[in-house]
Amino acid sequence: MNDFLTRSAEYLPLLLNGLWLTVAVTVLSLVLATALGLLWALLRTSGVPWLSGPTRVFVELVRGIPILVVLFYIYFVMPELGVDLTAFQAGVIGLALTYSCYIGETFRAGIEAVDKGQIEAAKSIGMKRPMMMRRIVLPQAFKIVMPPYANNSVMLLKDSSQVSVISVAELTMQGKMLASSTFDNMTVFTLVALLYLCLTIPLNLGMGRIEKMLRRSR
Amino acid sequence: MISFNNVHKAYGDHEVLKGINAEVGKGQVVCLIGPSGSGKSTLLRCVNGLEEYQKGDILIDNDRVNAEAKSIHALRTRVSMVFQRFNLFPHMTALENVMEGPVHVLKESKADARKHAEELLTRVGLSEKMDFYPSALSGGQQQRVAIARALAMKPEAILFDEPTSALDPEMVGEVLQVMRSLAEEHMTMIVVTHEIQFAREVADSVLFLDGGKIVEQGQAREVLTNPQHERTQDFLRRVTHPV
Ligand SMILES: Nc1ncnc2c1ncn2[C@@H]1O[C@H](COP(=O)(O)OP(=O)(O)OP(=O)(O)O)[C@@H](O)[C@H]1O
Ligand SMILES: [Mg+2]
Repeated sequence: MNDFLTRSAEYLPLLLNGLWLTVAVTVLSLVLATALGLLWALLRTSGVPWLSGPTRVFVELVRGIPILVVLFYIYFVMPELGVDLTAFQAGVIGLALTYSCYIGETFRAGIEAVDKGQIEAAKSIGMKRPMMMRRIVLPQAFKIVMPPYANNSVMLLKDSSQVSVISVAELTMQGKMLASSTFDNMTVFTLVALLYLCLTIPLNLGMGRIEKMLRRSR
Repeated sequence: MISFNNVHKAYGDHEVLKGINAEVGKGQVVCLIGPSGSGKSTLLRCVNGLEEYQKGDILIDNDRVNAEAKSIHALRTRVSMVFQRFNLFPHMTALENVMEGPVHVLKESKADARKHAEELLTRVGLSEKMDFYPSALSGGQQQRVAIARALAMKPEAILFDEPTSALDPEMVGEVLQVMRSLAEEHMTMIVVTHEIQFAREVADSVLFLDGGKIVEQGQAREVLTNPQHERTQDFLRRVTHPV
């Protein structure tokens, strides 16, 4: 045990570097994915065929491609098309793009789950569509959507480990490098797992709290 | 002020309104009665463009209602609607519900809108409940908030679609009382209702709709106490003496 602690202390600085990068990748991707997801959802529910149709196709395509392939595509194929990205940028964009489609689908479901009577009431006081979405539909949709959104966020955090395949030195990548140089797989990967839990458990608790608050405010 | 000229509407090839002709004068209360599926709600919803119609005209003070036109939003601020299921905004308090349209659609100042909303809620007997969310209000209270919300738009007319049908019996009276007081102030109203007693006492005229057509229309007392048409007689017998 003592041994474990001394070695942990030795490994931890490197792993914390990775952890920091994991947080950065996750937060940036989540913000981007949420904004894009909202955009996809609004386009899909716009009732305008030339907006909803292409969006739907795009979302279905991206959802049908493994996240690793999306990452490879952005990191290795885009430069051939003249768009040079750092591994970090490619990782964030890949994660954000993929998750924007998952999140967009949950947002769309949330928007469609808002009672039709609400839309009629908003219309009947003369609201135009943008105001109706902003003031009436979205606030109610967000409540509906909070549980799946929380779930998506945690999945995104865990999936951020996938960007290690394009050499972003986040937590998993740091762990792998450390393990192969020290051969101390047991200590290293135990620490990696624990560090992920240090992120996911508070995230889960926080989201649970927000959900409870939202439910009470109805 | 609201006129229907040969209004036709179909869902696909299912004809729901088959040539409606009627006239609602300023300050008049018109009750729309008829069996389930006869097209009452559809007709009402055509008036503020929640539904489109395919043929004929609905005119509000000479402006044609067209659900597709840009002008429909402005038109809806002139004709409010009260729904069977209230449709209050659940994430807003009673007061916020009433202020929503004036502040955000009519762009009134918050202070003016609040003052007016407070007056309206007091008027419908809810001065104690202004800061309550809809989920904390009874059905009758919610419907009175909905009426205040409709009034807050300072509409030229209000449409009611079975405003008391979703209420427990003991709450029907409080809502009808508010509507009665509006009638006394000569608010123009079209009311879809099964409350024959209310129609008899409050309405100026009654339209009896059956199968998408107006079978009988005239002075409320006339139509309701002395119906000429067999189907009207049948219907009235059924609603006043349910078996
Ligand atoms: N969105 C819709 N799509 C297809 N048919 C519809 C739709 N809405 C209503 N209808 C049909 O139109 C007819 C008239 O409906 P409407 O709701 O106007 O009747 P109503 O007189 O209000 O009946 P109720 O007393 O039950 O409310 C019915 O046959 C109904 O099935
Ligand atoms: Mg109806």
